[in-house]
Amino acid sequence: MSALLAQTTYTYLPEQVGFWMIAILMVVAALRVVTTKNVVHAALWLVVVLAGVAAQFILLASEFVAVTQVLVYIGAIVVLLLFGVMLTKAPLGRSDDLDGPKVQKGVAVVIALALLGMMGWVLAESWRDTKLDLHGRTVGELGQTTGQLSDSIFSTYLLPFEAVSILLLAALIGAIVLARRD
Amino acid sequence: MDLMLNQFLFLGAILFCIGVYGVLARRNAVMVLMSIELILNSVNINLVAFSTMWGVASGAVFALFVIAVAAAEVGVGLALVLMLYRNMRSIDVDRVDLMKG
Repeated sequence: MSALLAQTTYTYLPEQVGFWMIAILMVVAALRVVTTKNVVHAALWLVVVLAGVAAQFILLASEFVAVTQVLVYIGAIVVLLLFGVMLTKAPLGRSDDLDGPKVQKGVAVVIALALLGMMGWVLAESWRDTKLDLHGRTVGELGQTTGQLSDSIFSTYLLPFEAVSILLLAALIGAIVLARRD
Repeated sequence: MDLMLNQFLFLGAILFCIGVYGVLARRNAVMVLMSIELILNSVNINLVAFSTMWGVASGAVFALFVIAVAAAEVGVGLALVLMLYRNMRSIDVDRVDLMKG
């Protein structure tokens, strides 16, 4: 073992441990989001999943996306969802009418498992031995620094970026028009 | 062992399927929106993983676009849910069957 470690310049153990801990936490939290009987608890479990996604982005060296994830998702979207919960006077405690009937849940489980099997098979077939090679490259070669992202947004993707701005404006106006009392 | 691309893709696939289950099984409209957020996040993991693998910024830029569109989607979605609640006094998606013949 020590000879093996001496041969490889880097050890990848911390990354693997980090990945699997965060991944297991995320899957458990995601399962709680879709199965819990309490709406507010679901929103709080969603925060765990979103924070886990941000941690995976950090692991993938994509720091700007991770920060945006925390700002927009945890900072804005979850708060908006909690506002939605409160404005629709959803039961804040435990309630049994969040889920559909048993048949609907059974069909949903079958569809989700079939989808997982299909996607898992395709992924295992297509990308079996592809390594990310995070240590073999410099940070610049990973292409994920904030500078490289901004260069890409404001050159190649300038037009889509402007389209997203228009979309956000349209969504803002649309939400105001829909939610206004008159 | 180096981090494999597959780990991230499988994590994304599992989160996607959990989100699909949530959309299909839940009856409360706000819970359906939360499940949609799960689905969008799983896609983002895939985009950033591929982006890092190829060493280009495009995937991360698309992940940012997805985040922006998700913000717009949840804003309009919650406005719709609020209007639904105002008109029907309930956000049970099973009760929205006005189009049933």
